[in-house]
Amino acid sequence: MDAAAKKQLEINAVKVRKGIIEGTFNAKSGHPGGSLSIADIMTYLYCSHLNVDPANPKWEGRDRFVLSKGHTAPALYAALALKGFFAEDEIKKLRKPGAMLQGHPSMKSTPGVDMSTGSLGQGISTAVGMALGAKLSGADYRVFTVLGDGEIQEGQVWEAAMYASAKGLDNLVAVVDNNNLQIDGTVEEVNSPYPIPEKFAAFGWNVIEICGNDFDEIDSAFTAAKEFKGKPTAIIAKTVKGKGVSFMENNCDWHGTAPNQEQYDKAMAELDAALAALN
Amino acid sequence: MADVIKTATRDAYGKALVELGQKNDKVIVLDADLAKATKTIAFKKEFPERFFDTGIAECNMMGVAAGLATTGYTVFASSFAMFAAGRAFEQIRNSIGYTHLNVKIGATHAGISVGEDGASHQCCEDIALMRTIPGMTIINPADDVEARLAVLAAAETDGPVYLRFGRLATPRLFDENYKFEIGKGVELKAGNDVTIIATGLMVNEALIAAESLKAEGIDARVINMATIKPIDKDIIIKAAKETGVIVTAEEHSVIGGLGSAVADVVCEACPVPVLRVGVEDTYGASGPAVEMLKIYGLTAENIAVKAKAAVALK
Repeated sequence: MDAAAKKQLEINAVKVRKGIIEGTFNAKSGHPGGSLSIADIMTYLYCSHLNVDPANPKWEGRDRFVLSKGHTAPALYAALALKGFFAEDEIKKLRKPGAMLQGHPSMKSTPGVDMSTGSLGQGISTAVGMALGAKLSGADYRVFTVLGDGEIQEGQVWEAAMYASAKGLDNLVAVVDNNNLQIDGTVEEVNSPYPIPEKFAAFGWNVIEICGNDFDEIDSAFTAAKEFKGKPTAIIAKTVKGKGVSFMENNCDWHGTAPNQEQYDKAMAELDAALAALN
Repeated sequence: MADVIKTATRDAYGKALVELGQKNDKVIVLDADLAKATKTIAFKKEFPERFFDTGIAECNMMGVAAGLATTGYTVFASSFAMFAAGRAFEQIRNSIGYTHLNVKIGATHAGISVGEDGASHQCCEDIALMRTIPGMTIINPADDVEARLAVLAAAETDGPVYLRFGRLATPRLFDENYKFEIGKGVELKAGNDVTIIATGLMVNEALIAAESLKAEGIDARVINMATIKPIDKDIIIKAAKETGVIVTAEEHSVIGGLGSAVADVVCEACPVPVLRVGVEDTYGASGPAVEMLKIYGLTAENIAVKAKAAVALK
């Protein structure tokens, strides 16, 4: 990835973060912390990696994306809007009656959303089904899913992980957003999922560990996953919950709390400053 | 009656899947390590490349089914009713129901007639659970002829369908002229004193009950209600108006099943007494299927008793 491409991704990631703050502020609810932690990965996927067509969101040959950690929908919505799947104004209507953008992703409501998610642990199984469908029909599209590090406490994740490797689904990439925080505290305090890489390796996956807020590492991981044959790939991404908004970083209180006016103004000022610095 | 053909509806399910597979290469079958019992093994033998055994992981199976369905396949996902509707309820609700995907849940071994395996496997709650899911179609066929037609119709229906099959071989009731339509009850016997609305293996019991009631001067109407959702409101309201009392009969809990579905309609449109034959609010137990049906009151005799009690309320 050259410097110009990287800089453009960094600019877009700030725009995605602004969308997350805009959406949760207007909704007066939602999950900014885990949305901000995956903002860079979502930006990379939609701006640089996924083979999708905003003008034809149901195109059969498209790559599929399933946000298994569905509560971080604001990050997905901001990335989809940036890519042009719908107008950015929709983000201000997030979670409101009649809105296209539901509190958790809904494939029936939102162009570009490939699967309805929100109940943790279920998204990865559907991604496995999509990858299996591609193998069965001989299609060359690939399937991506993003899980939370708390989410992998759900047993269904490991049912899906076992089946994906048993079927050799090398067209499947699962990202674990390892921001180390869940609602009730650190993942270790609640019910430690560590060591995560070893668990996926034991389940027969190709495992790549990265910093999930660094575009060089993100790019090399997804590029390597594309090349890897015979096994599904798990990208274990160390991230910072609340990344990009100083007072939200590494604080589990921002898991499911929306910013008030003062916090919104402060967050937007920080993000605008970041954008100005990049421009 | 010596030449009555007895077949389990699960057998008809397996055969119908093969028939479907021959007609439609977009049909896929999933199972969770019960292919020999659910009879999906027949499809596996014929179309191994379109059969996927997800192992003993029903929740994942439902999600995989949903994902496959998004890629253009019609997916039949099979397990015992207990583990399909019961264990994987929320996966069906969120990944299959909310998304209204073309996943057909082939649930076998429903009800008390599972027999010796006992209460842990005797699912008498599945209809109740599935009824609460918006957009879910629920079909509980009465014999192997209807089971086959239900499978073929389910494949042609948009969205999720819950197909309920039994383990026990039961008498064939219908011939090749039988017409099955999703959402339509079928009047099998005319009558104006009481209407017996039955589903699944209780349809045969209802017909026997109607015969015995005739000897006692009670002319019972018998309706086969294979589709429990969407329920055939018209045939129920007509029966309520014309016969004044209704008895329902199902191999399911009296809570939330056919009896409740009929009562829902009757209460709002034409209030008349509805007496329910089904498994009372209790768990099953181990024993031979036919004996268990008797112990839990799922018999023609009990239907007749309830029918007389219903007539007495008029």
